[in-house]
Amino acid sequence: MMGAAQTWLARHAQTLVGSLGRIVQHPLATAMTVGVIAVALALPLFLDVLLQNTRAATVNWNQTFDLSVYLNRKAGGERAQGLAKQLRTRQDVAAVRVITAEQALADFRAASGFGKALDALTDNPLPDTLVVTPTLPASTPEGMGALRIAVAAIPDVDTVQLDTEWVQRLNAILDVLRRFVWLTGALLGLGVVLVVGNTIRLDILNRRAEIEVMKLVGATDGFARRPFLYSGIWYGLGGGLGAVGVVVLAVAVLARPVEHLAGLYGSQFQLRGLGWLSAVRILCTAIGLGWLGSWLAATRHIRAVEPT
Amino acid sequence: MIRFDQVHKRYPNGREALAGVSFKIDSGELAFLTGHSGAGKSSVLKLIALIERPTRGQVFINGQNTASVKPRGIPQFRRQIGVVFQDHKLLYDRPVADNVALPLIIAGVPKREIDKRVRAALDQVGLLTKEKCRPLELSTGEQQRVGIARAVVAKPRLLIADEPTGNLDPDLALEIMQLFKRFNDVGVTVVIATHDVHLIDRFAARRIVLDEGRVAAQTGASLWVSAVS
Repeated sequence: MMGAAQTWLARHAQTLVGSLGRIVQHPLATAMTVGVIAVALALPLFLDVLLQNTRAATVNWNQTFDLSVYLNRKAGGERAQGLAKQLRTRQDVAAVRVITAEQALADFRAASGFGKALDALTDNPLPDTLVVTPTLPASTPEGMGALRIAVAAIPDVDTVQLDTEWVQRLNAILDVLRRFVWLTGALLGLGVVLVVGNTIRLDILNRRAEIEVMKLVGATDGFARRPFLYSGIWYGLGGGLGAVGVVVLAVAVLARPVEHLAGLYGSQFQLRGLGWLSAVRILCTAIGLGWLGSWLAATRHIRAVEPT
Repeated sequence: MIRFDQVHKRYPNGREALAGVSFKIDSGELAFLTGHSGAGKSSVLKLIALIERPTRGQVFINGQNTASVKPRGIPQFRRQIGVVFQDHKLLYDRPVADNVALPLIIAGVPKREIDKRVRAALDQVGLLTKEKCRPLELSTGEQQRVGIARAVVAKPRLLIADEPTGNLDPDLALEIMQLFKRFNDVGVTVVIATHDVHLIDRFAARRIVLDEGRVAAQTGASLWVSAVS
């Protein structure tokens, strides 16, 4: 039946607007509730944005499985070139770059800002270095390990440093942080459910007489509950929008300093804000939490209201 | 239409409101429940509207044993009964028309149909010009008439009222009673609980007198005597 569906839709739309009208009638109380939800959601959301950025900044590092081969300081530049040539013949090596001690010192002087202090050195403390890039097939933990052992066994090689080690550590740290964000998010999400639930509970207590009258003229619990569910949805939407606003603001505040910091490291890195998808996702989550909180409270407390 | 069969009602506080009440009200009848306060009038109405359940005995409404109505079925059950309260029980935050429309909204009646029926109901109680007023802008008598319009808007076959004239002066009370009589004239079964004996003397109607939870006397048509006893 077309008419019945239309009536039903119209009724829901009316309740939706009506419940919005009702909650904006108490702007202060509504702002407090929405504010609490916004703060609760903004925290995990912001942490998530930072985490995404860290991952984005380090994603390229994951692919550079370079070995830094530091030679004995006595070996000399020629020996370094010779070793490079020797390593290039290996099946599992794609490229070898030589950084001579002089070059390393010059780079360091330019990048570190210690120019004057370095002039005081009589002697270059830096060794010659070979940066060995393995072939893609060899870029596995086992392949890398084998290459490392082979290179370390070559005379005049002082230390071989696997650049992936700290990347792996970083990834492990990021994993822990990711879990932490999830946990924080789950706890704060529960907080949102409780806050909305409590607000709705008080709302129901205030409108007890009205619910009683509705039940007396034949309203089902579902009918009496509906406006409260919509209130919960509005609270969730308001809180979600607030959270997105807070995060957008925080990213805007941080963007320049981060760019500056990245610039100091010679990086083009830019802080990435909240994507559309994430924003939509957080809004849906917020609405869902608001709905859940109001559903739990309304189902329980409306059942308890019986006309006498 | 309504049949009480040896109905007892004891409240959780131990008060026995009804102690074996039996009576029958036919379809289309106008019946007054009278008696002192505390005689059990309100309890009878609450049992009819399923606000309370009998402790013992059976209540039949429209041929249906109310014991068979499960909690889920109560809303649907109540929609076939119009109820008028002494304290009106209006929603004071919305206009008169919305108050009257409530039973229809709950029943899912289309908007255009609602508007039509609300105006018809307000017309019947003489409040058509007040549809946009808030209840508190109206006099007590007018508020009671809003309550009556709400009770009849869904065209129930049974209308029950608990002390509908309790707060009204005699002229207004008579007016309200005549209003109920008009609904009865078009075939609605009407049951009114009242202690105002002088008022109901002016109506030739069925009377059930309750005293301390028992039927003390009955006058008028269709007396029902327990066949088993």
